[in-house]
Amino acid sequence: MKVVVPSQLRDYTRGASLVEARGASLAALLADLDLRYPGIRFRMVDEQESIRRHLKIFVNREQVQRLDAPLTERDEIVIVGALSGG
Amino acid sequence: MTMLFIGTRKGAFTLESDPRRRQWRIGGPHFLGHIVNHVVLDPRDRRTLLCAARAGHLGPTVFRSTDFGRKWREASRPPAFPKAAEGEKGLSVDHVFWLEPGHASEPGVWYAGTSPQGLFRSDDGGDTWQGVAGFNAHPMRRQWVGGEQEAPPDGATLHSINVDPRDSRHLYIGMSMGGVFESTDGGRDWQPLNSGCAADFIPGPAPEYGHDVHCMRLHPLQPDRLYQQNHCGIYRIDRPHDTWRRIGRAMPKSIGDVGFPMVLHPRDADAAWVFPMDGGSVWPRVSPGGKPAVYVTRDAGKRWRRQDRGLPERQAWFTVKRQAMCADSLDPVGVYFGTTSGELWGSANEGARWSCLARHLPQIYSVEAAQRGK
Repeated sequence: MKVVVPSQLRDYTRGASLVEARGASLAALLADLDLRYPGIRFRMVDEQESIRRHLKIFVNREQVQRLDAPLTERDEIVIVGALSGG
Repeated sequence: MTMLFIGTRKGAFTLESDPRRRQWRIGGPHFLGHIVNHVVLDPRDRRTLLCAARAGHLGPTVFRSTDFGRKWREASRPPAFPKAAEGEKGLSVDHVFWLEPGHASEPGVWYAGTSPQGLFRSDDGGDTWQGVAGFNAHPMRRQWVGGEQEAPPDGATLHSINVDPRDSRHLYIGMSMGGVFESTDGGRDWQPLNSGCAADFIPGPAPEYGHDVHCMRLHPLQPDRLYQQNHCGIYRIDRPHDTWRRIGRAMPKSIGDVGFPMVLHPRDADAAWVFPMDGGSVWPRVSPGGKPAVYVTRDAGKRWRRQDRGLPERQAWFTVKRQAMCADSLDPVGVYFGTTSGELWGSANEGARWSCLARHLPQIYSVEAAQRGK
């Protein structure tokens, strides 16, 4: 499925803002992303399996906070760098 | 020539001197936009650099270079606490704060201190990191470091990791919420070492732990001697004694002995520099009276002398963080400090005269010096 990658993570995707990944759940998708782009997952998800506070993940425009959220091939995944800075 | 590695709120920079340390050339930014807490060169090979970084949106990591910063790669397993058992609350590394090369006999070994307070070790030059379970999972850890709700605004940090040059298994650590701890068995077990240190924010009789270490340094040529800038004063200890002595009492009363960094002379164990800051009322943590000065002792803390030639004379409200002051190893020693207002100051004559080496940088978190080409 297509995954929209925010600017904060494009060092991992060699600049790509739209990448392909597979997975029947958000956890599986993130694991697949990490295989393709090593290191990307830990920047997004901490060691207690929580999505980091200033990153948001949307599935079909709905924010998802649980890694066990199921996914299908037709889902549209958008990762967003939320407000944080200054 | 001297090379300075500067960690800032918005990335890393370098300053490289000419052989006489008169002209400085700035390099960077590296990792622009990242919060860079520490950049450290491995003194064992003089090529490997480690950089502790995170970004506002992204989790903490460690970047590594084995060619003096030309190319960087991210650690394949950055410091992280173990995943908690189902139903329990585990710790997550917020940021890697302190990086410390291991013993000279252990190439590739590094230690890292984090916030929340954890100690980590790498055996492969910083590529993969494991928690030092002897500390992180010690049955007393929770009592030693308190709860996260008691932490300071930026989080409590484990820092001031000192490895005894005579014995790789002899370690000291300092914590901003916990105090000084010592291990003599490579980190398997730890004992508090805070006797003599004040902790005036803890009511009751003198506690065994819970102190607020700002910066602690072991002298490399006299490893039984350690100096400490604490939240409650400046201290020295000479092992095997187990009680710190408050050498900051010899500071002028109008200046006090509160500050963050502690810098040692690389060859003279009696010489050290501090950067006092106002610890009064609501703890402004700026140069007392808006008149910045470094203070130096040449007799292990019996007397302190003000060093402010070249620094602004008034209306200069410097804050210098605990990692943002250092010395090089040349003769005479160069001393350097960076401010939270983005200025880098240096002295090529052991503090006798200061000049501004760079300004307009982001908020400076750390400054480390290294000699290039040695």
